[in-house]
Amino acid sequence: MNRFEYVRAGTVAEAVGAFGAGSRFIAGGTNLLDLMKYEVEKPGRLIDITHLPLKGIEEKDGGLRLGALATNANVAYDSRVAERYPLLRNAILAGASAQLRNAATTGGNLLQRTRCYYFYDAGTPCNKREPGSGCPAIGGVNRIHAIFGTSDQCIATHPSDMCIALAALEATVQVSGPEGERTIPFAEFHRLPGNEPQKDTNLKPGEIVVAVDLPEQGFAQNYTYLKLRDRLSYAFALVSVAAALDLDGDTIKTARLALGGVAHKPWRNRQAEAELAGKPATRETFTRVAEMIVAEAKPQSENGFKIELARRAIVRGLEQAAAGTPQSLSDKRIQ
Amino acid sequence: MQLEQSPPVSADTPIGITLTINGQRRELQVTPWTTLLDLLRERLDLTGTKKGCDHGQCGACTVLVNGTRVNSCLTLAVMKDGAEITTVEGLASLGERKGSNALHPIQEAFIEHDAFQCGYCTPGQLCSAVGMMEEGHAHSREEIREAMSGNICRCGAYTNIVDAIEDVMHQGGAR
Repeated sequence: MNRFEYVRAGTVAEAVGAFGAGSRFIAGGTNLLDLMKYEVEKPGRLIDITHLPLKGIEEKDGGLRLGALATNANVAYDSRVAERYPLLRNAILAGASAQLRNAATTGGNLLQRTRCYYFYDAGTPCNKREPGSGCPAIGGVNRIHAIFGTSDQCIATHPSDMCIALAALEATVQVSGPEGERTIPFAEFHRLPGNEPQKDTNLKPGEIVVAVDLPEQGFAQNYTYLKLRDRLSYAFALVSVAAALDLDGDTIKTARLALGGVAHKPWRNRQAEAELAGKPATRETFTRVAEMIVAEAKPQSENGFKIELARRAIVRGLEQAAAGTPQSLSDKRIQ
Repeated sequence: MQLEQSPPVSADTPIGITLTINGQRRELQVTPWTTLLDLLRERLDLTGTKKGCDHGQCGACTVLVNGTRVNSCLTLAVMKDGAEITTVEGLASLGERKGSNALHPIQEAFIEHDAFQCGYCTPGQLCSAVGMMEEGHAHSREEIREAMSGNICRCGAYTNIVDAIEDVMHQGGAR
């Protein structure tokens, strides 16, 4: 780990004011410190934001406001989240380990960096780490990489489970920065790699996430978070599906579907979601929509299996949501 | 604990912090890049806490910070100023304070159930199990396995580890 200055901030304004070139905010540190040990991140100054008053979870406009410093565990085990946003709860608990969830924060979860092997290996080129240096994942070892929204610069995925649920729930991100406060819709928070894969999000330099707001509609009756991975716990998703339905009998009124492990950001297809509205909640409907979604997928040399895996996971996820039988967190059998 | 903004500290200046480690209050000077794990092992000779992967993937470094289990390898000591730390060396007295014998019940149960082979992961497993029981979310065997998945045992003692934890839970929790 490189040497750095350490600043302990007491307010958001102090944290933002202490930010300069080469600075990083640190809260849980579970990803940043890991990256620093690999010398992928080499900040000149760490600004400790753990003393900022952003740990709370509060009622907000019929929904909930999650403070940026609320830990993943505190969010997942909050009784209001469990009751009104079980999709979010399940997605959080599908990710990482209990130790990491005790340390990792809401804001930090959004700002996780990719787990691409080449990004993590400072001895190889990587357009995300060193823009213009190249992408060895393209044509290289890319079994875990993206099938949607890739560019010829980067095929990395976003690793979060929590963010997949937040995308499906259409949360909004409250940020504060040198130019004041603003609200970013979740779909616009993360970005696709394009020609600037070094930018994971649309945050501006010095901006800090202060809260994530959950809208009133939580889809608490018909939802699932289905995560498929190489081992049954404590592994990143190869493909995950957050499915949420609002049903009128057997007819779908509103559908939300977000995929994880397949793109540089939580992957949604609004056309497919619109296609579900007004249709019967049947396997036929779900299969047609799954095929519509994966029609846009583009395989790399080693991850073609993800396309069929995603197609089946979408159908199964929507079936679980429609039946009101979300994927169990501890019983790993997929019903 | 001081909550005001501290002035930037140059990279070579150690920072004064106070930690209560296994019930003992310690005034320490640490460089900001010192992890809690390295502080415990290299400075304080509390080598029970193990460095396995040093990247939060194995759980061997698990300790309790203010009663909550975390990976000490991914924790900067300077950020835990004022905290109470319990390592495997302190588990027995944790049990003692609550009226138990020389060992914490989970330690006794690990011996009873032969819940280790090489022992390298054991301090982390023990601290993690105590943290898990305090959290109180895992009840069934399947839930225990899921809640303990952040602790890898390369000898594969998982079956006996879960047996030991179940045994203590059925005796009435972390105690």
